[in-house]
Amino acid sequence: MSQLEELYQEIVLEHYSRPRNFKKLEGANRSAQGYNPFCGDKITVYLKIEDGVIADVGFQGSGCVISKATASLMTESVKGKRQEEAVEIFHSFHNMLTRPPGSDFDNERLGDLEILAGVSEFPIRVKCAVLCWHTLRAALEQKHQTVSTE
Amino acid sequence: MTNSAASKSVAERPPLIQDIARIREDFPILKQTVHGKPLVYLDNAATTQKPQVVIDTLVRYYTTENSNVHRGVHYLSEQATQDYESARTKIRRLLNASDDCEIIFTRGATEGINLVAHSYGRQHIGEGDEIIISAMEHHSNIVPWQILCQEKGARLRVIPINDDGELLMDDYAKLLGHRTKLVSIVHLSNSLGTINPIEQIVEMAHSYGVPVLVDGAQAVPHLPVDVRRLGCDFYVFSGHKLFGPTGIGAVYGRAELLDSMPPYQGGGDMIKSVTFEKTLYNSLPYKFEAGTPNIAGAIGLGAAIDYFTALELDKICAYEHELLKYGTKRLSTIGSLRLIGTAREKAGILSFVIEGIHAHDIGTILDSEGIAIRTGHHCTQPVMDRFGVPATARASLAFYNTKADIDALVKGLDRVLEIFS
Ligand SMILES: Cc1ncc(COP(=O)(O)O)c(C=O)c1O
Repeated sequence: MSQLEELYQEIVLEHYSRPRNFKKLEGANRSAQGYNPFCGDKITVYLKIEDGVIADVGFQGSGCVISKATASLMTESVKGKRQEEAVEIFHSFHNMLTRPPGSDFDNERLGDLEILAGVSEFPIRVKCAVLCWHTLRAALEQKHQTVSTE
Repeated sequence: MTNSAASKSVAERPPLIQDIARIREDFPILKQTVHGKPLVYLDNAATTQKPQVVIDTLVRYYTTENSNVHRGVHYLSEQATQDYESARTKIRRLLNASDDCEIIFTRGATEGINLVAHSYGRQHIGEGDEIIISAMEHHSNIVPWQILCQEKGARLRVIPINDDGELLMDDYAKLLGHRTKLVSIVHLSNSLGTINPIEQIVEMAHSYGVPVLVDGAQAVPHLPVDVRRLGCDFYVFSGHKLFGPTGIGAVYGRAELLDSMPPYQGGGDMIKSVTFEKTLYNSLPYKFEAGTPNIAGAIGLGAAIDYFTALELDKICAYEHELLKYGTKRLSTIGSLRLIGTAREKAGILSFVIEGIHAHDIGTILDSEGIAIRTGHHCTQPVMDRFGVPATARASLAFYNTKADIDALVKGLDRVLEIFS
């Protein structure tokens, strides 16, 4: 599989065209907006937090394959997790994307997010993949301003 | 060059396509491969490639001539000063300005606009005054005016555009009035390719006594520019978009206006005499060139202008117009593709979106085929908003591009569609 084929593999494209949890969440008690001025990607992440647990999560927005598919996979991975766990998943995910080319990474917490490992070969696209995570974190911290990857 | 003029010269004298192969030899970077594929460089609106003579000129300058200008009595300084000043003369001739003193070196178009905003703008624009720009401006022709407006309590007015990306001239006429103090407008749009009717815009502004700045960053490499025929008061451009080095460009300003304007920055070179009580400013153009300038850059730009003008601009225009027509035709065969920017008067730019596919993904997939295009908002976010798209993919042409480059682009787009099918 070429780097490009890995980046645009079927399952990634499938999450892009049929994103999971792609909705404004009814009863959300946290939300935040993210914006990547470099490519014009916009995202809103909605959370329903109950006793420190992400009981439900949704997102809306427009963006490239990487940003949308990552957001879709992110919502699946953080649903039902404690807030701190979600942040730890983000750290593992970030480490996977920014690791030196060809090196291994710790996939323990990543689950399906591992299919995005190929993004690390496209450094300029890492921003697209972390936008939703920065936005999630802003929502967790209940920051109201728009976060930006620039 | 208008479409009709271009097509006429095409008919009279077909572009010398056989020459293009020879011209491409002058650009060493074009021989490269990228990701194992021959480079197809279609990002000329971002920056152009440099011919070997420009590269050699920079090397020669640093190897045999490096010294400061206007300061030394020694041989090297004299040589450098001579070459630096002769680059100014080359710019003056390229733009057909009347005097070398009307050409001020800057870092590029952005600094040129900021110079005018700072100097002319602060002097002449006050509370309640208005500055007119258009809906297709580069951020560099929006933000300096916003800063000025904020500082002075002035107001920015924007000429709207139609769905083809053409200025609505009737709206412009309505915006002009006794409050208008300056019109600042792009000659050739970097995101739409539209060529604006500068002569008419200037004439209308002048009937209110309003000066006009023209952003020629994209126009100079693609159109004949004659500042006296255009009648404009200021004209700015960047050397790196004209096959020259980065970090150098120029402002043309009418001498009379420049003379009455305060300096832009203070420092060495821009003064005649300094005491702690009083400083006498230098004469034009040095009044606006504080500090050691980008000497190598200016001389390199001079070499680029020599190279460019030797190619004969009318032939280049006709050839590029042919390429644009060919590209438009080829891209139009892709059903899900929509061209953004379809003005009748257009040059060099193929901006587009493909339904359901983000421009960024198009860019990444084309890059893997060795094809360099730009994706994003092209520093024209208001244009993206106007057309309701987050970003476009943009192929921008130069005279060293060929129909084969367009074919490669179309083939690359087939690959994009295949991946997304
Ligand atoms: C129309 C236009 N104006 C101004 C600029 C700014 O030029 P520079 O960044 O070289 O100062 C550009 C560059 O992209 C442009 O396309």
